[in-house]
Amino acid sequence: MTSPAFIGLLGAPAAAVLVLALVPNYRVSAALNSLASLIALVAAGSLLFGPRYQGALLLIDDFNVYMVVLNTFVGFTASVFSASYIGHELETGRLTPAYLRFYHAMYQAMMGAMNLALVSNNLGLMWVGIEVATLSTVVMVGIYRTPAAIEAAWKYFILGSVGIGLAFFGTILIYLAAEQVLGEGLVALTWTRLVAEAATFDPSLLSLAFVFLLIGYGTKIGLAPLHAWLPDAHAEGPTPVSAVLSGLLLNVALYAVLRFKMILAANAEALSPGPIMMVMGLLSLIFAALMLYRRRDIKRLFAYSSIEHMGIMTFAFGMGGPIANLAGLLHMTMHSLTKSAIFYAVGHVAQAKGTQKMADIRGLGETHPLLAWGLAIGVVAIAGLPPFGVFTSEFLVVSSTFAREPVLAVLLVIGILIALGALFMRLQGVLFGEPTTYNAPVRASSAPMFAHLGLVLAAGIYLPPPLVTWFEQIAKLLG
Amino acid sequence: MRDIGFDTGHFLAGTVLVISFMLLYQDRIFGMLKIFALQALALAAAVAWQAHTQNAPHLFVTAWLAFVMKAMIIPWTLHRMVLKLGIQRDIEKVVGVGMTMLGGIGLTVLAVMVVFSVTEGAAGFTREDLAFALAVILLGLLTMITRRNAISQIIGFMSLENGLILAASGAKGMPLVVEISVAFSVLIAFFVFGVFVFRIRERFDTVDVDTLDRFRGERE
Repeated sequence: MTSPAFIGLLGAPAAAVLVLALVPNYRVSAALNSLASLIALVAAGSLLFGPRYQGALLLIDDFNVYMVVLNTFVGFTASVFSASYIGHELETGRLTPAYLRFYHAMYQAMMGAMNLALVSNNLGLMWVGIEVATLSTVVMVGIYRTPAAIEAAWKYFILGSVGIGLAFFGTILIYLAAEQVLGEGLVALTWTRLVAEAATFDPSLLSLAFVFLLIGYGTKIGLAPLHAWLPDAHAEGPTPVSAVLSGLLLNVALYAVLRFKMILAANAEALSPGPIMMVMGLLSLIFAALMLYRRRDIKRLFAYSSIEHMGIMTFAFGMGGPIANLAGLLHMTMHSLTKSAIFYAVGHVAQAKGTQKMADIRGLGETHPLLAWGLAIGVVAIAGLPPFGVFTSEFLVVSSTFAREPVLAVLLVIGILIALGALFMRLQGVLFGEPTTYNAPVRASSAPMFAHLGLVLAAGIYLPPPLVTWFEQIAKLLG
Repeated sequence: MRDIGFDTGHFLAGTVLVISFMLLYQDRIFGMLKIFALQALALAAAVAWQAHTQNAPHLFVTAWLAFVMKAMIIPWTLHRMVLKLGIQRDIEKVVGVGMTMLGGIGLTVLAVMVVFSVTEGAAGFTREDLAFALAVILLGLLTMITRRNAISQIIGFMSLENGLILAASGAKGMPLVVEISVAFSVLIAFFVFGVFVFRIRERFDTVDVDTLDRFRGERE
């Protein structure tokens, strides 16, 4: 039976929103926050082994089970990290208990909304999920209330809302295309029916719809011309939020685009979504890689790195085919795990040094060796060096591109190398060099960080065959 | 022969579009608020008419929501906020009225051409309604781009959202329209609430891009 799993995935966060909004003690609410995230993770795990399900509103197939497990896992570790992070923020007075109540409630609202977007079989419901997730993150980004945070939240708000507005218009167009064949009502927004019947839909309507959907949800992925909100939102919000933004919310938006891509792929005459996605992906990769060189703020640096990696994924999925899709899926997993681990490290580093400016963070290796190790391993991993999982997935992307589009593969490699150079150049000073004078003691919980990095390392050394077969199945599903 | 239902629907959707144009050249914030309330009123009428002709009672909820929230509560709240913040002066513009209007006409033509070229199979009303709706959406975007003031940006976004609701109500039998219009209302409520919580005074006091750059933490 899948219904207990749905209750865990959607009901637990919803109930937690109400409870967390009322609990005054921040230690209790941080623990409850982790507990609710753990329940969702267990529910997601049970879906993994349970039967697949297809209803009018909800759907469980191989693809979204994978997404839900990744989502709830990072959601859980981020909630553990958040518990140790906010303690320090309270001590330094950057946050007050009242704000924390709000923060925890919004955290669960975001998790529940993302889960809803992932498991919904109805395109309208999926849209509502992404909209609510956007809103709750906007509030969390602005929670410090500094001018910079407010500016970032407002920018995210405006661009995010316009994005989801355009995505909604795209959804209406998809409905109109489907309604001519499937008839009115709920059925014409049910994804499984749409994919099955897409071959008979009006191709020009589908093509126009996809343009709106790609611009709309693409804003949320942070693809290059539409990325303006992303670095600000990552840099100015609390670090646990940066971790889930990069690790999860961008993925959910990409997931939505892929669902629509599958509908279009089923119609031979509609525009082929692949090339557009490849161009936008490659553009994001190269643009973000070049932008990395001029960053001075450490969280902003890794935000640009997220744009770069979302570009690689979009490129891989845009190219399609079993190997490129497999590479895209693997890269999504590895990027989520590595980038959130890096943000866990960066969060504590910024607390320990009292700043996010890289020029003022020096000699971390001497003052905070454990954090320095975590950050160093994370950077080596995200730059795509062996033996980490990101290397495996990037290698797969590049080699499958070489087989089909050698010229693009060269561009891809150049982009990845530019980013690698930038990351090492920027991070060298942070890790080594003369220690700066300001050094606050930080009770860092490094378990979530090292758990993620351990998984990424394990995946880089050995991918278990069942996992590979599973990913291959999803890759086939993606077409 | 076209029936009266079609003509009335057409007239109401067209009214929403015309009001979008009026929004473009308003240079006072209270003027914008009044025009926006008028647009919400026209939208409520258009959606209610759709509910009547399509025999879809749930659309009455959407119409009612548009009427109560967007024609009354939100303009009133924003009006009070503007008075409280003391910013009832002229609105700065990036380009002149003439250019903005020309741009608006261009966008409308674009919307009609795009929609008409792809919806040949669709029923007559859906097609024209969709063209109007897309034009309203694009004009809303234009309004947002040409304004720097946070409250005018909210009004631009709400006008964009009016276009979305118009499109959704025109798509016959579209499910979840009520739920989605509720979701949008929540979104807008957050916007308004956001101005309060974030107290974005800075946005009203200055439009200097350099100040924004300083906030971004990139300038030393």
